[in-house]
Amino acid sequence: MNATPEKPGSVDDVVALLAAQNYLSDRRLATALFLALKLQRPLFLEGEPGVGKTELAKALAKALDTPLLRLQCHEGLEISQIAYEWNVARQMVEIRLAEVARTADQGLDHDQLVRKLYSREMLIERPLLQALNQPRSPVLLIDELDRADEPFDAFLLEVLAENQITVPELGTIRASADAVPITLITSNRTREVHDALKRRCLYHWVVFPDVERELQIVRLKAPGASARLARQVVEFVQSLRTLDLFKAPGVAETIDWANALVALDAFSLNATSVQDTLGVLLKYQDDITRVQEGDVARLLAELNTRAGEHARQDPA
Amino acid sequence: MLLAENITHFSRLLRHAGLQVGPDRVLAGIGAVEQVGVERRDDVHAALSAVMLDRHEQQHIFDAAFDAFWRDPRLLAPQLQALQAGASAQTQPAPAAQPQRLAEALAAPRPRDAMAQDEPSGETQFTASARERLQQADFGSMSADEYRWARHLAERLPPPVQAVRLRRHQAAAGGRINLRRSLQRMARQPHMLLPAFTRAQRALPPIVVLLDISGSMDRYARLFLHYVHGLMRRHARVHVFTFGTRLTNITRCLRGRDPDVALQRAEGQVSDWKGGTRIAAALQDFNRHWARRVLGANAAVLLVSDGLDHDDGHQLGLAAAHLHRLAHQLVWLNPLLRFDGFQPRATGVRALLPHVDRFLPVHNLASLADLAGALRTGSVNPASLLRPSSKH
Repeated sequence: MNATPEKPGSVDDVVALLAAQNYLSDRRLATALFLALKLQRPLFLEGEPGVGKTELAKALAKALDTPLLRLQCHEGLEISQIAYEWNVARQMVEIRLAEVARTADQGLDHDQLVRKLYSREMLIERPLLQALNQPRSPVLLIDELDRADEPFDAFLLEVLAENQITVPELGTIRASADAVPITLITSNRTREVHDALKRRCLYHWVVFPDVERELQIVRLKAPGASARLARQVVEFVQSLRTLDLFKAPGVAETIDWANALVALDAFSLNATSVQDTLGVLLKYQDDITRVQEGDVARLLAELNTRAGEHARQDPA
Repeated sequence: MLLAENITHFSRLLRHAGLQVGPDRVLAGIGAVEQVGVERRDDVHAALSAVMLDRHEQQHIFDAAFDAFWRDPRLLAPQLQALQAGASAQTQPAPAAQPQRLAEALAAPRPRDAMAQDEPSGETQFTASARERLQQADFGSMSADEYRWARHLAERLPPPVQAVRLRRHQAAAGGRINLRRSLQRMARQPHMLLPAFTRAQRALPPIVVLLDISGSMDRYARLFLHYVHGLMRRHARVHVFTFGTRLTNITRCLRGRDPDVALQRAEGQVSDWKGGTRIAAALQDFNRHWARRVLGANAAVLLVSDGLDHDDGHQLGLAAAHLHRLAHQLVWLNPLLRFDGFQPRATGVRALLPHVDRFLPVHNLASLADLAGALRTGSVNPASLLRPSSKH
């Protein structure tokens, strides 16, 4: 086991740290993350699906060698699913045991029993409470917060602002000062998250990467693809994003597509291979029909002319 | 502390541009810039935007403000005199330290708040939205009667959507046993077994209003805006869009308490009052750019339109079908068409009808009683309307 990695001291450190985990971030994102670490504030990440918001949390946890606690949001989340739950079954057993013991005349009195029933051991910890209870700062990922409903936002306020959770029967549980969780919140904007919550966070809008960076990402994540294929894939996806589609393909889709093409033994893009694998890239039938009907041929032609220009420039 | 002072001034500039930058963010901004250092301009930019923004839409305002503020002050000399006049009208007089830069900074993003009167006439940017206002609505003079009527309407009318069952539970007299509460009760009263129950909550779903403000809807649009404003006052999760030839989100404008102020702000925002209608294009625009953001949890869509469209009926059908798939319920309020003997002849109407869940022909909008009655007695099955005319 390595020694505990130091927290990064500058923005460049963050970029390097993430790059070591095969996560290539742009400098703006790295700056936001650096500030989140330094100022100990949660980082609120918004952006189109598939731009690497969740991946960032995973890469960060690996880079800092600290546990990743993930909370996937959905509608109707209850405290018992996100923070803590009393172990009711065990409490019942304790009551039954106390009854038996009392008939044998050696049991606890009522107050003692209640205290025992609501002691810390009876608490089942869920991700939020676990995050406050770690020996070292964990990465807490609250994923797709927009899927949860508004009451959940309100509950998060206490956790995010004070790093504490109040259990009525027990009191307030607080994270120790040197193990404050590093919180990352992601949202796909299927609803607007309340301003009060955003105010407690640093905000960053994750953008699609530019051609060169996306190419680096594809080379890293789809090593089977030839240099030519990787560049074609990236350029094709980048021009798809400029079309007005219902759902523009994210970086995750680019990687999947490159891998799919490799699995089909494609060395370069052509009309057939694109048509066959378009479902990897586009997830709406309307988009697929539209692109199949005309755009594929046009985009491929554009790619080829551009490739021709490259070839002509390179020897010179 | 020059840095702190500059960031404070910068935050004031952002506030003038309509961003909510409180003192907490100023402090955080100072801390952030101290952390990343001032060696690289893009780092300072990234740090301040991480701290001071909370929506992606604010980014371009922020960028413009940032450029305007952190720029070589000598380049600005020609603009300054006009701008200083504007700056002196500010409530906060500029400190003497850097009056020129601050004056410029204070004035540059002013056009964002469209209500401001004392806008400098110089060639400051961003006035495009003001120029785009093709035609202005006339909300200035509401008669007292109209006003009372609208308020009454807004207070009385039930929202024409059905409540949905939430996954969140609440305490109830019967239903699912809540073990935690039951045990707490037993701890208090050990000799009695008093189980506690929960039941799934029912609540109104989020409502999205798509309001047609074209020429043919002119008489109704204003009244419906009042209705929607009343709805928003009672119900937190309402989003409002207007469309004629283009789609505009006016939700934030309607958030105020006072209906007149709210409607005035909405009027300032919308550029296509009393124009033509392009329902299909508007619905497509909505599907593409907004549906995923506002139709999250079981949302209901209220389409307020007469269905008279300049566009192609086929496109409208496709867009409506898509919207129907995205929304939990799609309710069409049609103020022009009479229910008795109603024949859907217009292509737009025929294209829309198969895709709506409820069709409320609120024909006599001027009469409160009729409208409320129409909403209460509920829906007309859209399919039954299409059947007789489909024989043609």
